[in-house]
Amino acid sequence: MSEQLVFAMEVFANGLMSGVLYALVALGFVLIYKASGIFNFAQGVMALFAAMTLVGIQNGQVPFAHLINAIFGTHVHSFGWNISSAFALILTVGVMILLAWAVQRFVFRHLVGQEPIILFMATIGLAYFLEGFADLMWNSEIKTLTFCLPGELCLPQGMNLAIDDAAYNAWGVGFFIDNLDITATLVAIVLVIALVAFSQYTKQGRAMRAVADDHQAALSVGISLNFIWVLVWSLAGFVALVAGIMWGAKSGVQFSLSLIALKALPVLMLGGFTSIPGAIVGGLIIGVGEKMFEYCFGIGQCFGGVINLGGATENWFAYVLALVFLVFRPQGLFGEKIIERV
Amino acid sequence: MFYREAGDFKKTYSADNQTFPIKIDRVGYYLALVVAFLVIPFVINDYWANAILLPFLIYSIAAIGLNILVGYCGQVSLGTGGFMAVGAYACYKLMTSFPDVNIFFHVLLSGGITGFVCVIFGLPSLRIKGFYLAVATLAAQFFLVWLFNRVPWFYNNSASGQINAPERMVFGVPVTGPNTEAWATYLFCLVFLVLSALIARNLTRGMAGRKWMAIRDMDIAAEIIGVNPLKAKISAFGVSGFFVGISGALFFALYLGAVEVGEAFGITKSFLVLFMIIIGGLGSIFGSFAGAAFLVLLPVVLKVVGVDMLGWPTDIVAHLQLVIVGGLIIMFLILEPHGLAQLWRVAKQKLRLWPFPH
Repeated sequence: MSEQLVFAMEVFANGLMSGVLYALVALGFVLIYKASGIFNFAQGVMALFAAMTLVGIQNGQVPFAHLINAIFGTHVHSFGWNISSAFALILTVGVMILLAWAVQRFVFRHLVGQEPIILFMATIGLAYFLEGFADLMWNSEIKTLTFCLPGELCLPQGMNLAIDDAAYNAWGVGFFIDNLDITATLVAIVLVIALVAFSQYTKQGRAMRAVADDHQAALSVGISLNFIWVLVWSLAGFVALVAGIMWGAKSGVQFSLSLIALKALPVLMLGGFTSIPGAIVGGLIIGVGEKMFEYCFGIGQCFGGVINLGGATENWFAYVLALVFLVFRPQGLFGEKIIERV
Repeated sequence: MFYREAGDFKKTYSADNQTFPIKIDRVGYYLALVVAFLVIPFVINDYWANAILLPFLIYSIAAIGLNILVGYCGQVSLGTGGFMAVGAYACYKLMTSFPDVNIFFHVLLSGGITGFVCVIFGLPSLRIKGFYLAVATLAAQFFLVWLFNRVPWFYNNSASGQINAPERMVFGVPVTGPNTEAWATYLFCLVFLVLSALIARNLTRGMAGRKWMAIRDMDIAAEIIGVNPLKAKISAFGVSGFFVGISGALFFALYLGAVEVGEAFGITKSFLVLFMIIIGGLGSIFGSFAGAAFLVLLPVVLKVVGVDMLGWPTDIVAHLQLVIVGGLIIMFLILEPHGLAQLWRVAKQKLRLWPFPH
């Protein structure tokens, strides 16, 4: 096999992997949108907040240490203990549930019945609030995330040597895939199966789907909307936590983590806001599409380099693809058909 | 007692239809103009101009532009930063290509160019609605910023990739470049702001504005009663782009002087202007001013209180600012979805009855 073809395949595979990570974030959007009609712009910041909380708890940071020091002139920074990842994970899930409750109680309960666009803007406000809050709580420096479950099961780093060796033996050319990406893919698959199982086979999951179908009908058969919304936000918080761990382990826990939400938006547009399979397929299309486009036209590797746009096309390709796609199919790939009545 | 329309008789149709039908409003408006044009230029200094007045004037223009699109026509746009960048780069190219033409026309022209670009990105709005459109406008934001970063023609192949405003005169007084006086840049921006506000105000209360509002309230119903959605939406994008482009040009040429596109016109700028019109009030020209003033003043006030008075580190104050802005947005959406403009309206309504409310 020619070196270039293998390289293209490598780009393709890496695109698939990053597509899975996009899909992971998009999943959180879809969950909330289906159940409450809220387009949650804060999903990315929730991922950031979750990852920061996890790291903060692990390292025994004192919350709001900076603020406390500034007000009282003290010098507290750390409790001086280290908590195991598994326990910190449970605590973080607890924090995310608390957050879900607070968001529901103090923001969206007061906005029931408002126009969707108002709700959307409220989530932008929420995103800003959470971002500042997270920075105040755990300070804004870049943190490294090491995540180890009991039994030395750490998140792997570096490239996968087995695949590299196999490719080298077969084609005489190395094949680069990040171990972390493989793990993320597996985790995402497990997560999706778990979510589907939850919504199909448990009582709460069925209630969730009922709410998604029709609020009033769900209310009239005795489902508590408040509970379901808190549940959905908690689930989204959990998905955000998983996404935060994966992205955080990949590139450090820092502000740019919250920008993955922006990348998840075109994924949603492609897949349709209301479809979980759509989020996954959309994520894969975007992930592969932007990597291949960058490879072919961004740095000019295809067709003898006729088109060379000078790189960094990943910034906009996803949006433009989604835009062009939507002009032909306004509800996305799997979205519900939009019916308008006067 | 003083604020009422009783006794203020109108004798002609045009008098009945004027922008400020109540006398005290009219007096206040002229008074504000007199203060803005004749008093402030004499007392202004560099700190006030650069920290508060110039950003306020420029953001007000951007907010008016975005308000026409979002508040009046209901098409949510997250691409304001990108469109401001179009205005800035258009202005730069015009300034360097035609150095003899007055910069006044350059700014106007760059507004026109931005309007055109905005229309192109607005075309999908005929098919795409709501959130989908909001996300689609992000395409404009990221694509335009990338374009200005990567294509050397836009920044005249300068080594740093930045654009720098050359010195230009208006009536022999420099308004751009290193040797400007605070009052000159202030007046130049003020002229554009007043013009923009006048145009916007009269557009929105005329036929065009009513069509936009009909589209905003329910586009299908509007179509049935005979509003052409193509024309209404496209014209909203065009007009909005015109104002946003002017503000981008002024932001670059007069306020910053040198611009690196990703930093000055990134996605945060889009959100900032969007927040201005949410806090100020969607669908209100006054709201655009109020929101811009609020969000320009807030960081300044926070810095004065937090850093100078309490002695906190700047990063805490910066984070606190995010918390406060986010919290305020949510608070406004819950308590007063129509923003500061509605508070103003309520206050005026109360004032009409004061001091005899029964």
